[in-house]
Amino acid sequence: MNTASTLDPTLPEPAAAVENPAVGIDQSVGDFTYDVKYDYDAGTGLTENTVRYISTVKKEAPWILEFRLKALQTFLNKPMPTHWATRDLENIHFEKIRYYLAQGQKPKRTWEEVPDDIKRTFERLGIPEQERKFLAGVEAQFDSEAAYSNIKDIVAKQGVIFLNSTEALREHPEIFRKFFGKVIPTSDNKFSALNSAVFSGGSFIYVPKGVKVAQPLQAYFRINAENFGQFERTLIIADEGSEVTYMEGCTAPKFSTSTLHSAVVELVALKGAKIQYITVQNWAPNVFNLVTKRGVAHEDAEIKWIDCNIGSRLTMKYPGVVLKGRRARGEVISIALANDGQHQDTGAKMIHAADETTSTIISKSISVGQGRATYRGQVHIPRHLKGCKNNTECDALLINTNSRTDTYPAITVRGDTHAVQHEASVSKVNEEQIFYMQQRGLTEGQAMSLAVNGFVNDLVRQFPMEYSVELKRLIDLEMEGSVG
Amino acid sequence: MSSTSLSSPAVGTFTPEAFAAHLAAQPAHAPAWWLERKRTAHARFAELPMPGPTDEGWRFSSRETLTLAGFVPSTASAATGAAVPLLLSVEQATAALTFCDGRLVSRQALPADLAARGVVVGTLQEALRSHPELLREHFLSQPQKLGSEKFAALHAAFVNDGAFILVPKGVEVRDPIVVTHASSGAGTAVFPHTLVILEEQARAIVVDAFLSPDAPTPVGARAGAFACGANDLYAGHGAQLTYVAAQRWSLDTLSFQLNSTVVRRDARVQSLNLHLGGRQARHESLSQLQAPGAFSEMLAVTVAGDTQEFDQRTLQIHQAPHTKSDLLYKNALLDRARTTFSGLIVVDPDAQKTDAYQSNRNLMLSDDAEANSLPGLEIQANDVRCTHGATSSRIDPQQLFYLEARGISPAKARELLVFGFFEEVLDRLQHEGLHESLRQLIATRFH
Repeated sequence: MNTASTLDPTLPEPAAAVENPAVGIDQSVGDFTYDVKYDYDAGTGLTENTVRYISTVKKEAPWILEFRLKALQTFLNKPMPTHWATRDLENIHFEKIRYYLAQGQKPKRTWEEVPDDIKRTFERLGIPEQERKFLAGVEAQFDSEAAYSNIKDIVAKQGVIFLNSTEALREHPEIFRKFFGKVIPTSDNKFSALNSAVFSGGSFIYVPKGVKVAQPLQAYFRINAENFGQFERTLIIADEGSEVTYMEGCTAPKFSTSTLHSAVVELVALKGAKIQYITVQNWAPNVFNLVTKRGVAHEDAEIKWIDCNIGSRLTMKYPGVVLKGRRARGEVISIALANDGQHQDTGAKMIHAADETTSTIISKSISVGQGRATYRGQVHIPRHLKGCKNNTECDALLINTNSRTDTYPAITVRGDTHAVQHEASVSKVNEEQIFYMQQRGLTEGQAMSLAVNGFVNDLVRQFPMEYSVELKRLIDLEMEGSVG
Repeated sequence: MSSTSLSSPAVGTFTPEAFAAHLAAQPAHAPAWWLERKRTAHARFAELPMPGPTDEGWRFSSRETLTLAGFVPSTASAATGAAVPLLLSVEQATAALTFCDGRLVSRQALPADLAARGVVVGTLQEALRSHPELLREHFLSQPQKLGSEKFAALHAAFVNDGAFILVPKGVEVRDPIVVTHASSGAGTAVFPHTLVILEEQARAIVVDAFLSPDAPTPVGARAGAFACGANDLYAGHGAQLTYVAAQRWSLDTLSFQLNSTVVRRDARVQSLNLHLGGRQARHESLSQLQAPGAFSEMLAVTVAGDTQEFDQRTLQIHQAPHTKSDLLYKNALLDRARTTFSGLIVVDPDAQKTDAYQSNRNLMLSDDAEANSLPGLEIQANDVRCTHGATSSRIDPQQLFYLEARGISPAKARELLVFGFFEEVLDRLQHEGLHESLRQLIATRFH
């Protein structure tokens, strides 16, 4: 295998030995790391050379390099959005981040080919077991590149394409180039520009006309290296009348220095198609998770985001749907849990752009200890549309005396044929319920955990079984020691 | 100072020279602190930039129309007071003050018994002599948190006179005290002010009315008149204040109205703002609930028509446990009008047992109207009951059909349904005469 330095003499020095202390395994899920030797390393900091390095290593077509370089300029020109967002963003040191780390360029197609150390990581995350059970395909990303990718024959026979972004742009440019960067333009925000400059990995999926993928496609993202930035890029195209569900999970070990995850996810649901996108985010509490997610729903199409945020130091993520075709439907279900030192700044965007489009936002957040949960939403109905509807509900649960929650919706309605409503409430755990459960022998912590699970239960029930179990377990872990 | 800075958009008409003339016109008895505060305010005004594109407090607001140039700050000789019509036909007002262009032009004195019990319905200029300490304590003393710091400073620099209302401990004033602030119109800049102090267990109803003659020419490309008002409401221990502000500036006025309400232990303030006039009218309302038992009820009714823009920014701050606030802002939007409601409930750490509500309802009556809602919450205590809601909807076609089927014309039926929509707010006002006056005033916007 080539080493980085032989590819181009102008490239930054590859790290001779990546400093990656093997941290001992502890009980927290995902909080473990392996000493991995990286063949490709774009070094620390972000310059035009970093971008050229990534593009060269990935053997990309010239238009992609051009796209990346333009995006880099956009990123550098855009200010941090701290006039509305938290100033914690100022603690991201872009010059200290490593933008590309990979062991190899091609994902392994069978589990046996995957190197043992990476395999150990994923075994802890339980990917193969899940696949054996019911998953149609799994794409697992380790730092910058997909480590393991397989799609069951039955799905492939239906003509479904499920590749990582690098492969997809190389093998199927005729399908993906048309939609790539169209739902979320590079200049949408500072972090979408950053992703556009240095993206690597992520899933590209195409579901042909009329194909209904019976079982969910799944991806896992893991950050293994300290000071690393993960910038995966996902694009899902559901052709007319097709249906697909995509699930992603993410973890990272706890490092003493902060790590950045900045993904861009674009969905396109063509006429009559349905896309459901499920995320369970459990990054370590030092990860800045700044993700742009948006879908375009054409006529009679439906896009549903289910977004659960449990981990990270700061998450800023507002999945959106542009309702572009008549009668299109958009839905966001958001669950956020903010524990000590965490800020979950999550929400939704619904941009109505055609008649008779409907959207629903349901957000439930839980603030524990000094945690802060923020709902930020936008609903936009521009002029001269007819018969649009939006319904938004935000409920916040505060566990401890000085837990914090914020709600910042922005709703614009033009015209006199629409119906839009927003409701939000803030409450604490019902003391009588806790007392009742303690009377029956549960500890206060167990009772609190049950109450919190009850608060989100009506939403969690909509999840596939695997994810509802995982979410319940994560909530239990978070609620440990939150009282008393 | 260079000539470029004199005409800069950041100060417009309100140059250091104009300010020096204003200061020179202050009466000889004006205390040093009054003049000093004005000087500080003008410096602050000149130094603060105009609202910019990244000011969250101005999200959805038109900023390019915020011009400060071309207005004439009212001067001592300008006010004639020729026949200022009373906006509210409030029979049986306890007392009344009428200002035109910042000068007192007429007054109806208090009944002797109330005057004897220490009630004061006077002017700020009089209070500089009679109650300097109270004035100093309460006049523009609360923080500006809602985005118009620059305009608040402008008001403080150029305010000339206004109402000073004091109700001493335990005194109840049953009928409304009516203050009318008039602007003579074209090109005039006015800075109306009303200061209300209710001492322990006092009760009063205060009405502020704002009016100017409608411009004879059609609304042009820029505002023809400027109003930058403020009011300070203070309700002491157990006091009960009902405050009504009825705004009917001419349709070419650029208007700011900055409210501050302080509610002390077990006190209750109900404020109702009626917004009808102005070309672009911004209203900021800050309620501070400072001690247990405090209750602030914040109400507003807006009729937005033509190309009017109404911009409402509210803040309910719960600073102590066991406090309550209840906000209901209703807007009816016609023609090409725009409204923005941006409200925030803040519950400070340890303000447990807060009960806060906030609701914005928009009734869309035109396909070209635009309503923006930003109902916000910032909660830092867990044992609270906080809810908010925002809706934008149209007239129920079934209700319209029902009325039309009974021979009522479509226009009249719509009007009836709009009044039905507002009734939920107006109903909260206990004073029947006032209630009826407001209804009549709203009707003028439909005929």
